[in-house]
This record gives sequence, C-alpha cells and structure tokens, in this order.
Amino acid sequence: MKLTLKVWRQANRTAKGKMETYQIDEVSPDMSFLEMMDMLNQQLMSQGIEPVAFDHDCREGICGMCSMFINGEAHGPDRLVTTCQLHMRKFKDGDTITIEPFRANAFPVIRDLVVDRTAFDRIQHAGGFISVNTSGNTQDANAIPINKTDADHAFDAATCIGCGACVATCKNASAMLFVSAKVSQYALLPQGKVEATERVVNMVKQMDEEGFGNCTNTGACEVECPKGISLENIARMNREYLSASLKG
Amino acid sequence: MSVFTSSIGRKIAMALSGLFLILFLTQHFAINITSVFSEALFNQLSHFMGNNPIVQFVFQPLLIFGVLFHFIMGFVLELKNRGARQKAYSQFKGSANASWPSRNMIISGLVVLSFLALHFYDFWIPEMNYKYVEVLPLNETRYFEEMVHKFESPVRVGLYVLSFFFLALHLHHGFSSSFQSMGANNKYTQAIKPLTTAFAVLIPLGFVFIAIYHHLTAF
Repeated sequence: MKLTLKVWRQANRTAKGKMETYQIDEVSPDMSFLEMMDMLNQQLMSQGIEPVAFDHDCREGICGMCSMFINGEAHGPDRLVTTCQLHMRKFKDGDTITIEPFRANAFPVIRDLVVDRTAFDRIQHAGGFISVNTSGNTQDANAIPINKTDADHAFDAATCIGCGACVATCKNASAMLFVSAKVSQYALLPQGKVEATERVVNMVKQMDEEGFGNCTNTGACEVECPKGISLENIARMNREYLSASLKG
Repeated sequence: MSVFTSSIGRKIAMALSGLFLILFLTQHFAINITSVFSEALFNQLSHFMGNNPIVQFVFQPLLIFGVLFHFIMGFVLELKNRGARQKAYSQFKGSANASWPSRNMIISGLVVLSFLALHFYDFWIPEMNYKYVEVLPLNETRYFEEMVHKFESPVRVGLYVLSFFFLALHLHHGFSSSFQSMGANNKYTQAIKPLTTAFAVLIPLGFVFIAIYHHLTAF
C-alpha cells in the first residue's frame, strides 16, 4: 500500500507545531498502525529527519499508552481497539491519513503525538483506591460474597485502561467516562463502598480542577472507547455524586 | 456547597430545569389542542391561565426564571466546554460517534429561544399590555379569535413549523439526556428512551398541527 500521511509535528511543549506531509510505500495491510509508524520513522531517520515521537508500550491493547487521533477519531476508524491493535487493512491503497495527538487543555502536547495524561493520575490519586490494611492479616477478597451482576459491572468498569480516548473524542474534552469507570469499579464492590462518599466527591473535584469540559451526554466516548466502557457508569457516578452531596 | 458549582451539579441543574420546561410544554400543548375541537373550552382555559393569581404571580415568574436559567446555564456551559479544547483538531469526525442533535444543542436551543422572542411578541406582550398597561375590561371570549388571527400569516406559520422542528431535535437529545444526567441509566430504565423519543416527536408535531389547522381554517 502507498499512503500519504499528514502528521502533527511539534518539537516541545511550547513550540507552535504544524502538520507535515510524508509519503510512505510498501505498507503491508497486515501491519499494525504502530508498525507502520515504525516504518515511517525508519524512513525519516534514513533521510536525516527527526522521527515522529508517539506513545506506545505493550502493543497488545491493554496498557493504554498509545493515543493517536487518526482520521478524526481516537484510535482510528475501527471499534473497540487501541491504535496498536488497529491494522492497516482498515485503510486503502492511496489513502491520505491524518494523524494528530489527543487534544484537550488537560492533555498538553509534550512532543509530536505524545501528550501529558498525568491529569488522569492526579484524579486517581484523589480517590481511585481503597484503603487496605496490609499488615498480613488481610482478608481474602474471595471470602466476601458479592452479587454476580455487581461483580460483572465492576469488572467491566475496571477494564478501562485510562488511555484518554474518551477525552480526545468528546466535543467538550470531558473526562467523565474515565472517572465514572474508576468510581464504578469501587462503588459496586463491598471493599470500595466504605470510602465511596469521599471518593466520588474528591475525584470529581480533581477532574474539574484539571480543566476537562463537562459531559453533555453525546455518547461519543462510549462509541470510541477501546474497552467499550458504558455510559451507565456516568449515570452511576452522577447518582453516587448526588447521594454523596446530600450526605454532606 | 460543591453540588452547585461542580460539573455534575451543573449537569443536574440543566436536567431539572429542562424537565420543568418539558412539564410546562406539556400543559401548554394540552390547552392549545382544545382549540381544535372547542372554541369555548379554549377560551375558558385561556381565561383561567391569564387571570388566576397563582398562575400569574407564582407559576409565570417561575417559568420565566426556568427559561432564563436553562438558557444562561446552557450558554455558560457551552462556552466552558468549548474552552476545554483551545487547540482544535484539523480533522474531527463528530458524526462518526454522536448524533447531530446531541452535538448541536446550542444551535437548536438558540432557534427555540428566537422562537420564544417571536412568541412573546405575538402573545405575551399584547397580553401583558391588555391586562396591566391599558387595563382593558375582562373579555372571556377574546382568546380564540386573537390566536386564530395570528395564524393567518403563512410566514408566521412557516416560522412556527421551523421552530418546532428544532424544538423536536432539542427534545430528542435533551429529554432522555436529563434522565442520564440524574443517574437513571440501568436495566430498570430501558423504557425511558423510547418514551422520550415519542414525546420529542409527537408534542412538536402536535403544535405544528394546531398552527397549520388554524391557518387553513382561518379563511
């Protein structure tokens, strides 16, 4: 396959940045998108051009590091996959592909396609945990009876890999799908219920402080989420938040 | 308290004010539709709404507050949300993952607001003038004729039809969205979406029917 790539290039956080156009040939349809990017970088280096910086780690769709906005969609045109699991067979010979970083004020560009997603870490630090006594007498979690439906919903929420596609996709750059998945994963389980009130209030407060936009229920995040995190989680977070606020 | 200033608090406030306006819309429709089959009943109901002190001095200010709150809060949130991504994408495929009405509530909302200005000019301002400025004598049978007279103009009927089309788009997203904002989205609430969609289609269609009916029967 012969492709034209329009790629966002930005030297550092403060540089202005612009789209650059590159031609690439002999791309195999069986390649992953990141392998195609590797190929591009080999080509650029052989031409004495700085390779394109992009985030990646496991390349198995589970770490949440890859983060490109491809042809106007987070993680590209495929559904329920991260960029590393997107294959070039989804494109046609002669296509022009636009590749941009995830964009949101809360996700500033560090370089090229790499963005700073530590806002998510700070939200997690604000409440995305349970306090457990680790002195050696910790009760086996499997000894606590848990309703199967709740366990399944908690697990579904826990599959969120924190990639930020929800923020990148949302027209408002809202992080509510991510935060709601983290809130839900704990709120549904007995271990998480103990700190549920403070958790939702603190995580939402941190989310607001980070400068994400507000959710207007367009549902775009749910469609583009590589893990299929449901909008039901946002509704659950809203319930949790309302109930926590009424408790005071 | 954070519930009033937080992102979720504002979402819930938008939802509640929207539901209040939907309630008003329903009662407005219930009265208007009587004009199609009973001039006397329409006059009687209009006279009650226009002269009952609780409706006039409690519900009417509450409604004006509801409209202003929903509009101002919607506008503030729109500006804040736009500001959350100062650097725009060069390519953004919004239609690939979300419906047009859900992405453009500000546009449908502004059309409905413009319609309200026309509606106030047509009915509310003359009514306030009749009752409180010129203080004309009570006339319990004037309402039907005043209303029918307004629908003689095809331009006005056209504007009403266009406005109600945008109202339908606004309601299509807004009504079901208000339940999601208040936390009602689980296996027990599956019926909400079809019901809100039916409301979003049928009520504006009903208003359009009333306007066209009176336009056609006015001559």
